[in-house]
Amino acid sequence: MTDREAVLSVRGLSVRFLMPGGRRIAAVTDAHFDVAAGECLALIGESGCGKSVLASALLGLLPANARTAGEARLGDLDLLAAGERTLARTVRGRLVGLIPQSPAAHLTPVRTVCSHLRETVAALTGTRGRAALRAAAEAAAARAAFPADHLDRHPHRLSGGLAQRAATALALVGDAPLLLADEPTTGLDRDLVDPTVDELRRHVDTGRRSLLVITHDLAAARRIADRVAVMYAGRIVELTDARTFFGTPGPRHPYSRGLLEALPDRAFAPLPGMPPELGSLPRGCAFAPRCDRATDACTALPRLADGVACHHPHLPEGLRA
Amino acid sequence: MLELRDITAGYDPAAPVVRHATLSLAPGESVGLLGPSGCGKSTLARVAALLHRPDTGTVTLDGSPVRGWRHRAPRAQRTAVGVVFQQPRLSADPRLRLTELITEPLRATHRRDEIPRRLAELAPAVGLTPDLLDRRPHEVSDGQLQRACLARALVLRPRWLVCDEMTAMLDASTTAALVAAVEDYRAATGAGLLAVGHDHVLLQRWCERTLHWNDVTRTRDPAPL
Repeated sequence: MTDREAVLSVRGLSVRFLMPGGRRIAAVTDAHFDVAAGECLALIGESGCGKSVLASALLGLLPANARTAGEARLGDLDLLAAGERTLARTVRGRLVGLIPQSPAAHLTPVRTVCSHLRETVAALTGTRGRAALRAAAEAAAARAAFPADHLDRHPHRLSGGLAQRAATALALVGDAPLLLADEPTTGLDRDLVDPTVDELRRHVDTGRRSLLVITHDLAAARRIADRVAVMYAGRIVELTDARTFFGTPGPRHPYSRGLLEALPDRAFAPLPGMPPELGSLPRGCAFAPRCDRATDACTALPRLADGVACHHPHLPEGLRA
Repeated sequence: MLELRDITAGYDPAAPVVRHATLSLAPGESVGLLGPSGCGKSTLARVAALLHRPDTGTVTLDGSPVRGWRHRAPRAQRTAVGVVFQQPRLSADPRLRLTELITEPLRATHRRDEIPRRLAELAPAVGLTPDLLDRRPHEVSDGQLQRACLARALVLRPRWLVCDEMTAMLDASTTAALVAAVEDYRAATGAGLLAVGHDHVLLQRWCERTLHWNDVTRTRDPAPL
């Protein structure tokens, strides 16, 4: 934990989707975390574990059938209680910059990248005038290493990596204190991941901004994050320092260990089975059916204590055994 | 053998994406093709999968030259290659249940009688449970849909597999599971594999041989950019 003041402070955030027939889907349950200025928190987990829903909740972008509980404070503002007007006028782009998942799908297909950037620059910074806007758009593109000769292209003519950089450029325009990056490196070349991640990191290292990265790319998380939160079936099961997580002694939750062991430069062994359906979670620990350490105790829900929510965590000193 | 010789291909004859690419796979061999995004490796993968007609160059599949592409390829050649694409959402018909998605190639080739048996073999092999098989694409995650897309590629027992960035959208555990499913299939059938991607850590772990895009196109490339 850092001593710096938290930019974003999430307490007991839960998201439920109400489905036809009275079914409820527990997408996020009781999430607690802080992100301080100049800090990067990486939220990692398998696809479908609720990571992106959590991000959408912070921006008020959930669909109408979603119900939220808890609070997410950004300064004096509770993002979960804020109205659409507040969110649209002061939060999105200005207080929270979003780098969306699959940027190619988020860019308007009938407009060029430059047109996107010009509009965003005009809306967020008040720049006026054709030449000034073009110059500001070029500067914004350069900040995200988007090549200037591609500015006049439409999104379908961009490769995945360039679309990602265009989206990053858009998110950086408003100079928001909190950046939310949803899978910023998915679909990027390995060689491009490091520069992209370093670029994001650079915006954090100014000390004013904080960054919440949602990713399943563990290599990118390792490079960028100060702290790591592991999500499984809608719950944060481990919240720890990135260096201990990726180095020694390593993660303590059996799920986190399994995720790391699935990497091609480690054991390359998949976790058995698949994540549970969020609509019908098992009682107690949701990971127990896939866990080799599960016992009868796992029918009770483990609390997040000392950074890990598990009845049988790997002990920091007993890892060699 | 799957041989691509001196392939030039693209979407505009004046500005081909792939210039003079040469690549050959021995039967049962797994080759990883690495390249930066936008370099044309997906286009070359589409050529190898008989889905894109090259402007010039020849493709030879198990000794016989390929003359028709896409629906014009003879069935024997078309069904010898299984393809898995990068984005499962874009390569799955949203109206089909996963069962129908997986078995569509069998229906298209008038082999309906094999459906129950192949489904019973493939669903556990790619890790799909019966309740998932009854759903449509919007009711499953990307990883689950990609498992179904892999099953669809394997359903006709192809001798060649082309995996174009199959795991780029997926988390580490699903990646490892899908790669294991491909390798199990190859171990059982001796199929060859062309895996295209940008993750050299993954491809070097997965494939027997990895080639860089420059190695494939360097020969006779007249205009290095």
